[in-house]
Amino acid sequence: MIPNFGQGSRCEVDNGWFCTEWVRAHWGDTLQPALVQHLELAAIAIAIGFVLASALAFAGFRFRLLDPPIGFLADFLYTIPSLALFQLLVPFTGVTETTVEIALVSYTLLILYRNMLEGLRGVPPDALEAARGSGLTRLQTLVRVELPLALPAVIAGLRIATVSTISIATVAAFVIPKGLGQPIFTALEQDVFKTEILTAGGLVVALALCADGVLVLVQRALTPWTRLERAS
Amino acid sequence: MTVADQFRPGTFVDALRFIWHNSGFLLARTGEHLELSLAALGIALLLSMPLGLWLGHRHRGLFAAVSISNVGRALPSLVLIAVGLTIFGVGFWNNTAALVVLAVPPMLTNAYFGIDGVDRDVVEAARGMGLSELQVLLRVELPLGLPLVIAGIRIAAIFVIATATIAAIAGGGGLGEVIVNQASYGLAGVVAASLCVSALAFLAALLLTLLLRAASRRPDPIP
Repeated sequence: MIPNFGQGSRCEVDNGWFCTEWVRAHWGDTLQPALVQHLELAAIAIAIGFVLASALAFAGFRFRLLDPPIGFLADFLYTIPSLALFQLLVPFTGVTETTVEIALVSYTLLILYRNMLEGLRGVPPDALEAARGSGLTRLQTLVRVELPLALPAVIAGLRIATVSTISIATVAAFVIPKGLGQPIFTALEQDVFKTEILTAGGLVVALALCADGVLVLVQRALTPWTRLERAS
Repeated sequence: MTVADQFRPGTFVDALRFIWHNSGFLLARTGEHLELSLAALGIALLLSMPLGLWLGHRHRGLFAAVSISNVGRALPSLVLIAVGLTIFGVGFWNNTAALVVLAVPPMLTNAYFGIDGVDRDVVEAARGMGLSELQVLLRVELPLGLPLVIAGIRIAAIFVIATATIAAIAGGGGLGEVIVNQASYGLAGVVAASLCVSALAFLAALLLTLLLRAASRRPDPIP
């Protein structure tokens, strides 16, 4: 993991911009495990955040009075700097993965909650009227009409939340030695070893963009009608 | 990291005691933090506002505005700071440059969409009254699009204050220097500095929310 400046290649000794031989030698023991951990940290946070935000959005949608306090709380959590939030949680949950996940989840809430609520509220009254006219119950209306119509806004929120969570998860390495932030720290301690910083950083960005691409495909598969409208 | 894995809410009492006894020290760090953040926000404003407002005015560059905001969101702050270190070395400019890169996308995109979204009839009416293009932008479009423009500055400010904390690993000073240096300041010091930086971020967000509210207030309709 630590570049051995004594025995390394010419490029590694000189701390060149990008040493392919280093990446090849340390893909298996450093980069790949960090990438998998990073994906894991982010995926867990997004999944929990999605469930939590859905519950909050339904509550805020059904009972309008709840919307301002939930919105304020989510906004407040979003404002706290990530590094500070990690440290503020340490006295409660210790130097654990739980600490990291709580912080990451709390950053997804604002975007997911706002977009879900906006999606649900943006359902056209005509569609609701038609649903009522067809004799659908309140639950049926929600599942068959409101949720599908809110889906584009929900996925738009999910895309933003996913990309930012993957990005913020690098900071987790301040607390636990996991994720792609870890090789970056190691490199900073090794006289700013450029190859490791650029590779790990590049992997974070690539992971974020890939996840975003996957969600775009998911949206296309789930909401074929949005493309039909554009075509006509 | 030398923290015991246990439930220790008493740390917050220690942290408050730390703040009480070291208020001068923390105030100095907060000042540094603010200085770095404001410098970055100022430069980012100068770079992004003219471009964003003008592109919005011409209704051009939608693709660029959306892509810049997406790419900007994917750029992790820690990576920016670390890469900045490889280019500029340790110092004020490395961190300022990284923070500016982070602050420009939300400012630029929101400025674009704020101006782009102004009612076209209103803009046409202003042109019909003989206002020059610059006057249309500054007197009609900017006041109407201001809420979204300020919302972008608010997001950028939150990002910048948060990332200025991380900048401590690159010798940025500020409150992050205390947070990443638990060996010297203890958990109480770390938590105290975390509380300070959270308060700073919250106050900045609050200030910009109030500005946003003031900007969204419509003038009273003529009776």
